Amino acid sequence: MIEIFQYEFMRNAVIAAILVSITCGIVGTYVVIKKIVFISGGISHAAFGGIGLGYFLGVNPIITAIPFSILSAIAIGVISRKSKLSEDAAIGIIWAVGMASGILFINLTPGFAPDLFSYLFGNILTIPVSDLYIMLIMNIAIILIVVLFFREFYAASFDEEFSTITGIPNRFLYLLLLCMIALSVVILIRIVGIILVIALLTIPASICRQFTYDIKKIMISSVITGIILTIGGLWISYLLDIASGATIVLLLAVVFLTSYFIKNMVTAVKRLKDKKSI
Amino acid sequence: MKNNIIIDLKNIFFYYNQFPVLEDINFSIRQNDFLAIIGPNGGGKTTLLKIILGLLKPDRGKVEVFGKDPREGRKLIGYLPQYAYFDLSFPVNVFDLVIMGRYNGLFKRYSREDRESVINALEIVGMSEYRKRHISMLSTGQLQRVLLARAIVRKPKLLLLDEPTAGLDSKMQKSVYELFQELSSMMAIVFVTHDIGAISVYVERIACLNRKLFYHGPKEGSLGKLEEAYKCPVEILAHGIPHRVLGRHRK
Repeated sequence: MIEIFQYEFMRNAVIAAILVSITCGIVGTYVVIKKIVFISGGISHAAFGGIGLGYFLGVNPIITAIPFSILSAIAIGVISRKSKLSEDAAIGIIWAVGMASGILFINLTPGFAPDLFSYLFGNILTIPVSDLYIMLIMNIAIILIVVLFFREFYAASFDEEFSTITGIPNRFLYLLLLCMIALSVVILIRIVGIILVIALLTIPASICRQFTYDIKKIMISSVITGIILTIGGLWISYLLDIASGATIVLLLAVVFLTSYFIKNMVTAVKRLKDKKSI
Repeated sequence: MKNNIIIDLKNIFFYYNQFPVLEDINFSIRQNDFLAIIGPNGGGKTTLLKIILGLLKPDRGKVEVFGKDPREGRKLIGYLPQYAYFDLSFPVNVFDLVIMGRYNGLFKRYSREDRESVINALEIVGMSEYRKRHISMLSTGQLQRVLLARAIVRKPKLLLLDEPTAGLDSKMQKSVYELFQELSSMMAIVFVTHDIGAISVYVERIACLNRKLFYHGPKEGSLGKLEEAYKCPVEILAHGIPHRVLGRHRK
């Protein structure tokens, strides 16, 4: 495995895998326990509008994807809370509008859109160093926000109404959480692409929450699981010469299924033993 | 605060999609009140609580909570929401759930005093041995006690309880009512129920709510008004005790 590190693109890919796993472990834990997986799906697809805008303006699409996905996150949050439209309808609309505007922008851009595919399906092997710096800065921002508002996010995720009564600024925190998801989506687009982002946000936290009820432990173990599995997926895709994003996602899914069966087997065996000892 | 009135609602109207939920409610709660708000499903009971808590804004009328705006005054209220709506797989144990009731503002931590209050509140509800247990491993009655501990942990002046005995068997219900009676020496207690049988020997006053406030006063003499609120004949029996608590309705 060591020999793959002699290539710069591989070193960058490994650094990207680590950065992305930190984001996914932390933000993904909130996504999973607060059950906002499809809000995250909506935000990630809407980010395609930002990618298209980048092509249209001739700048790095990641830079334009940041404000675009943050705006769509706020739009979903505000529309679903303020108007009579239900949350899932708001998600559906923003999802489609974001993708449609992305297609139009690319349509209006003269010539062929190079590596458009890598934004849709990810390509961890083509990440430039400049994107790594962007990812690092956003990671630091996310960690700072979570450390500062840890009590508030925790209480608001469990019981919004009660936390409002105790004085937690719920509406602000909800939008802040959606913005963090938007930032994570942008970080993730390079790795697994818009279409597969949701896997990295949900699967590591879903694996880990089966084994502990402590939210901090879920976050830390999700980060570690994410690092191992994204690098593992990267390695497999290198060996077999297949698409890296899809390989990472499928590896995550296989590990999730395995852990699910192991967890249930252990529980069943424990129950059997308890019965026998009585 | 005049006449020990802690909660004061004047001419409250609340509409949900043009459909009136509350109409011209005039209602007050005093210090040391022990009051049951009863009425049928959809009668506006939870809406009324949420207006007091500042979670909903009435379309018309004035609300004062401890002489202030509800969003300010609600810090002195302990609230027990309706049970059904929790995600039991949420990663939180009993202690961490109760300490959420001690939240006191941004950029702070829970202090030693906060932790001691949690232990204290758990002792009052008889759940202190369970402090490290995850919420999915509690029975319905135990979870209800833990949520009650969260409501009283900030030492409120008023306890608002939404259907506190729903889903509990009659033995558990009785012990919960006895707990309320214990607490009623320290704070005003108002609870909401659609279960008429739940008006036990312990409650002092009753309010009947079905879109309008039909009655508000001592529990004796409420029966006729109760029938008006429910639009059907009503018999009120004491809790687990085979005799009538309220005077028989004369025919």
